Order: sequence, then structure tokens, then C-alpha cells
Amino acid sequence: MSASDLPTRAIVATVETQDFWDATAEGRFLLRRCNTCEAVIWYPRSHCPICMSTDVSWIDAAGTGVVYSFSITRAASGTWKGALPYVLALVELDEGPRILTNIVGIDVDDVRIGMAVKVVFEDAIEGSALYRFAPVTT
Amino acid sequence: MGAFEHPLRYIPDRTLAQVHAEVAVGALRDAGLSIRDVDAYFCAGDAPGFGALSMADYLGIDARLTDTTETGGSSYLAHVGHAVDAIAAGHCHVALVTLAGKPRTGGSQPGGSGNFGDAPEANFENHWGGSVPGYYAMAAARHMHQYGTTSAQLAAIKVAASSHAQHNPNAFLPKLVTVEEVLASPLVADPLHRLDCCVITDGGGAVVVVSPEVARTLNRPERAVAVLGHGEAIRHSSNGRIDLTHTAALWSGPPAFDQAGVTPSDIQYASIYDSFTITVLLTLEDLGFCAKGEGGRFVESGALEAPNGVLPFNTDGGGLCNNHPGNRGGMTKIIEAVRQVRGDAHPAVQVPDCELALAHGTGGSLATRTGASTLILGRSS
Repeated sequence: MSASDLPTRAIVATVETQDFWDATAEGRFLLRRCNTCEAVIWYPRSHCPICMSTDVSWIDAAGTGVVYSFSITRAASGTWKGALPYVLALVELDEGPRILTNIVGIDVDDVRIGMAVKVVFEDAIEGSALYRFAPVTT
Repeated sequence: MGAFEHPLRYIPDRTLAQVHAEVAVGALRDAGLSIRDVDAYFCAGDAPGFGALSMADYLGIDARLTDTTETGGSSYLAHVGHAVDAIAAGHCHVALVTLAGKPRTGGSQPGGSGNFGDAPEANFENHWGGSVPGYYAMAAARHMHQYGTTSAQLAAIKVAASSHAQHNPNAFLPKLVTVEEVLASPLVADPLHRLDCCVITDGGGAVVVVSPEVARTLNRPERAVAVLGHGEAIRHSSNGRIDLTHTAALWSGPPAFDQAGVTPSDIQYASIYDSFTITVLLTLEDLGFCAKGEGGRFVESGALEAPNGVLPFNTDGGGLCNNHPGNRGGMTKIIEAVRQVRGDAHPAVQVPDCELALAHGTGGSLATRTGASTLILGRSS
């Protein structure tokens, strides 16, 4: 289940993020939401950074959004050198958060700000999965 | 205030601590003081070992106050602001701030900001091949999308910096470049070209901040520079609602201007942090030198070119052409502003009767979390 051949490496889940990474391995994208002020929280954590409530729960995200901004990396060293060129992006999810990720499944020169994208999951090491985003095909 | 910039840009034969020591001595000599006079020491993440503890020991400073505020390249301007406050509160009289780095000769390389393994954000940021150019390029792409800013306008910033660097014999890139040459240089991370990026240099710098009483004892009014205002702020990912079109300068500028009792139009010279051309453009807007979205038109008008532009900037050539020691450009921003207020800049780029200067630092990464610190410097009355 990989939409790209971008590098992956092990995810080091913590007690705050284990549920999130368990879900990506099952093909689900979770978000934290505050039960006190209803803020949708990114990145996932055990408290709400808006009201400091610790009453937070997981919700299933739609997994869709738009490209808020992106850049095409054309020079790199190490692991990513072999993946050049690739797209680093901030995707604005339907629920509000703008999240760092890659845009895959499209020629790098065809990516545009405002483009509709949806999450894809890519196998990482030891059963975990990374989230990346690909164009919504109509 | 004493100030010193290390003259070298490639230093294979000295340790990082040695470079700290060389710039410390340079700044103290410039101030007319000795290491024995220093009672407060400031350094940031570039200092080796246990930061201020290791370095105060190595340098021989009996510090009664230390400050290791770490906001990347903006740290050193924050240190100066903190030193002024600590002096005003009576906690110290002579504060030394040092920076050194050796990225060309074995020191830390300009890596992806935020690649701290145990940071709470680590797994949500470290899997995407992020790099410093890539992150700043996203800020440029968004500004272009929202305001119509062009690569040629960004290139005008590099051209202005290079026109100043040609007068600096120590500059890493002393050659004048054209807009066309910037646009023809390879794309590192679209839309940023290689020549939109700052240089990578070994080097360092230091400043000394003294109390008014010590300044009077030194009795060198022609060398004295006053810190008239200071502001600082951070801008982080804001619960995922990050806005790439501004930096934390939006918040560090106003308190600095207010404290100094001046406005952006009063500033005669500005040292603007220039890790990339886009960093300059966003900062000019955020500090109020032009309206948000107007930065492209402002810079292509020649506003930044010394000595006759509306706002001569980075007359040493800046990080874009002269020096970005240790991948941290804040210290050199202070030093060139001090030169301008003293009338010590190269005659070709010296702003006539420069009485009021601004220095601004930007640290971290615009696409994640970034620090800002603004200083207003002027003639000491």
C-alpha cells in the first residue's frame, strides 16, 4: 500500500501518539479534539493547547484537504537524495489544521496551491504507516 | 557597546571554543575593556559543551549572570535586549555575547530545523524530507500565491546585498550579481534558487553591552552606541493554523519601536535577517517598512540599496553574500548596525549621518516555529 517510493523510516510512537500511529497502520487518520472547547488539535497531544483541558478524544478525520503551500526539493543529501525531486507541503485538512506532509502520485511540476488532496497511507518500518497526500481524482 | 566580526569565513585550524575566544577578545578590545571586566555572559546553542558554564570557564569570566536564550539565529539580538534589562536592574555592568560556528570545517551542518528526536512534534515533521530551504520555500510559494510576488522581486534582494558585498574585502561572495543570474542559478527548493540562499561560513562575532556608568568611564562617545529599543517574540505552528505569510517580526517590532519612541520611517539603516531572500521580504512587511503584500514592489524599487535607497540594508553584504557564521546570522546583523551608527561602514555604503539603525534576527524555521528579535540602535547622547 504505497503511492510513492519516498523514503520511510521507523516511527517512534509515544504514550501520547500510540493510538494515532496504530490507526494509520489500519488506514485511518485520527485527530485529537478537545471536549471542553471543541478545538481540533494538531499535532496530536494529550492536552488542548487552546484551553489546557486534558479532556481530549480521538475523532476520525475526513482525510481530505487542500494544498496550503508546497515546495519542490531539488537538492538534498543522504536518504532523500535518491528521491529527488519531491514535494514537501502543508496540507490544510477539512477540519482546519495545516499539516506537514508530502504530495505524491502526481508529477511534481503539476502540484498547485489550492489543489484538492486526500490522504494515502504508506508502509513504514515494523508495521507502522506514514500519511502522505495525493490528488483527489475526479 | 563593543562589536567584533571574525574576519575569516573558513577556519579549519581552530576549535569552536577558540573562535568564541577570538571574537570575545575582539569585541572587548573594541570596547576598551578586558575579560576581567565582564560580569555577565550570554551564548546560544552554537556554544560547545555546557553552554555558558563551559564557555565562561574556558574564557575566564567570573559571571554573576548568564543567559542562554536559544531562538536560533535571532538569539543574539535577544541576548542584547536581555543584557540591557539586566544592566538597568543592576544585575551586571559589562555583558559579553559570543557566537561562533564551523559548518565548513566539521561543525554542525545546516540541517532540517526541528529534527530533534525527542521533540513532541518530531514524528509529525521528520518524515517528509524537510530541509531549511524547503521550509522557507513554502513561505515564498504562499506569498507568491497570495500577493503575486515574483522570483525576480526576490532576486532584487540578493542583487542589493551583492552590490554592498563588493565593497567588503572579507565577504564570502564579493561579486556583484544580476537578477538574471539569480534566476539562472539552480533551483534548490522551488521557488528558491541557489542564489536566494545565504552563504555557509565558518566564523563568529561578539558584542559587549555596558552600563551607562561604564560607558562614561570609557569616555569614547564617538564609539558608543545606545540600545534604544528591543522586542522579541516567537511564532509557532499555532495548533496547526500556521500562517506562512508573516514571521514573528510582526510582534517583535512594535515593542522595539515603542520603547525607542520612533517609527519605521525614522530608521535610516536596517540590518534584516537574510537566511533567504524571502526572509527579508516578509520581515520588511512585518516590521512596517511597507504594507503586507507590498514587499515585492518595495524591494524591486531599489529601496534596499545603500547609500541612497529608502532603506539601505545589510551594507556588509549580509548573510546572502558576506557571512552567516554557524548558520546563524543574528550577530552580524547587530555588528553592521553598530558600524553604521558609528560611521564605520565602508564609505561606499555608509549611510550619511546615520543616527538611527535597526537590527533584526529571525531564527528557526518559518514553516514550523520561528523566533524574532528586533533592536533599535542609535547614537549615544
